[in-house]
Amino acid sequence: MKKGWIAYPYVVWLVIFIFVPLLLIVFYSVTKTTDEGIVFTLEYFKRFFEPIYIMVLLRSLYLALISTIICLLLGYPLAMILASKEFRHKRVLLLLVVIPMWMNFLLRTYAWLTLLEKNGVINTFISFIGLPKMELLYNQGAVVLGMVYNFLPFMVLPIYSVLIKIDKSIIEAAEDLGANSRTVFRKVIFPLSLPGVVSGITMVYMPAVTTFVISRLLGGGQFTLIGNLIEQQFLYTGEWGFGSALSLLMMILILFSMAIMSKYEKESEGGGLF
Amino acid sequence: MTNHEIIRLVDISKTFDDTPVLKNINLYIRRNEFVTLLGPSGCGKTTTLRIIGGFEEPTTGKVLFEGKDITNIPPYKRKLNTVFQRYALFPHMDVAENIAFGLNIKKIDKKLIKEKVENMLNLVNLQGFEKRSVDSLSGGQQQRVAIARALVNEPDVLLLDEPLGALDLKLRKGMQIELKNIQKKLGITFVYVTHDQEEALTMSDTIVVMNEGVIQQIGTPIDIYNEPKNAFVADFIGESNIIDGVMIEDYLVEFANHRFKCLDSGFEPNENVDVVVRPEDVKLVPKGQGMIEGRVLSVLFKGVHYEMLVQSNGIKWLVHSTLMEPVDSIVGINILPDDIHIMKKVR
Repeated sequence: MKKGWIAYPYVVWLVIFIFVPLLLIVFYSVTKTTDEGIVFTLEYFKRFFEPIYIMVLLRSLYLALISTIICLLLGYPLAMILASKEFRHKRVLLLLVVIPMWMNFLLRTYAWLTLLEKNGVINTFISFIGLPKMELLYNQGAVVLGMVYNFLPFMVLPIYSVLIKIDKSIIEAAEDLGANSRTVFRKVIFPLSLPGVVSGITMVYMPAVTTFVISRLLGGGQFTLIGNLIEQQFLYTGEWGFGSALSLLMMILILFSMAIMSKYEKESEGGGLF
Repeated sequence: MTNHEIIRLVDISKTFDDTPVLKNINLYIRRNEFVTLLGPSGCGKTTTLRIIGGFEEPTTGKVLFEGKDITNIPPYKRKLNTVFQRYALFPHMDVAENIAFGLNIKKIDKKLIKEKVENMLNLVNLQGFEKRSVDSLSGGQQQRVAIARALVNEPDVLLLDEPLGALDLKLRKGMQIELKNIQKKLGITFVYVTHDQEEALTMSDTIVVMNEGVIQQIGTPIDIYNEPKNAFVADFIGESNIIDGVMIEDYLVEFANHRFKCLDSGFEPNENVDVVVRPEDVKLVPKGQGMIEGRVLSVLFKGVHYEMLVQSNGIKWLVHSTLMEPVDSIVGINILPDDIHIMKKVR
């Protein structure tokens, strides 16, 4: 590379804003300030394995898993509709999928509050037609709904981008060889779309595991997720050490699952988003 | 309907977004025949093939298969298979899985499938390629896999859409002979689409020449080459001199300021006609011995023959000859009655 110097500004950027903060996090997570000064400790990591925190982790993983599955079940058919040639209004539909992403994430989630509140739009309508009001907010369902709503485009778009690249003549070839539309999907379209599915799962699951805004707003603080826990350490309890340890563990968890995903992706061959 | 007929197209028309692509195609294909749909790109030959395969529905008209109407039957229920232009192999399967695709759907015994796949690989000279991924194959090898994948299903009819288009010349010639041999060996009807007239002449039993969605001529390669029905066919199949002429009377035509004897009759007296003469039928003789005379404008060496342009009375004759005449020399030109093809003016 002759023009290696072009990369220098980026390297400086990476060092200042990623590498140094990362080192700080590691530093905070393994040290504590005592009377004798700063000493090495692993107590924050040990603390994480207390049942209450393990529960938080499991709950995070579980809710993210449910949301990812729902996103996949909703997103795949939508991606197929978008990718199909026959569908006339696909541009409009694609726009509708993308438009929410142009708006602020917080605003979108607040919007759900006004819909789901005790005296919100939906309950007003329900009582208007004579049914009892329902508790729509501050439960797991609301948190999952928020995740699905916010992350669905990240499932649809990678699958769509893979589906649209599948050569039409490959599908015709399968039909020609005796496959009806179900067999074509099972044996050709779905296997070929796997890289997109893997990307979609990664792009939904990761942010869903770490989110803290959705669970705070729609879960009403009753459903502490790992993201909320980290937020609390830094903003409220001031335990930077524990917060850093949690962040590190989270990062390791994500790296680990990414590695598994990318290995799987390599086996299925093709180009997803990663 | 003859006993041997397998496919018949009846009054097929096809319109894409108000653009007519096929106009009133009527055609029948006999069992075990090698039929080629030949024409320039955009002439509707591929659309015709796709209608037979079931990938396209005709706007009007019917497709009959063994006498039964299959116009609205989806491709997967038709007893024919297709070799696609860009092969369309399944990228997520290896060679053996690709070939076995159709058999697996029919739920045939695994052992039998393995045997059939092996036989097919032998047929297309790809022994030992079972586990190779299709990406690792060359164009010619992918082509063979595509052919094997279609043939393993033992279809009554094989449709081939410019299957050799992406191969280089030498490979293409080899595959032409191989395909023809396979067709004879298995006794399958081939419907073959190409824009390469030489390929069509080499391989076909019957050639269907198409242009602008209309069938121009149906016939054996020899018929089509020697007796082209109109100027388009004459021009498209091989090279031709197409000259304006006047039919003086039966068996006598005037062009290039000379009256030539010919074998054609049945025209109006003094009717304007197109005269078609193949370049190899324009015989150059020493000055003074020809029916007309001309001056050699250019000479190109083409390997087997020389290609010369000879100007005579305002007409530039394209001449193929194994003997070269030097540029600017004056030569005589003879054209035998047998070699003059008279065609009605299209307009």
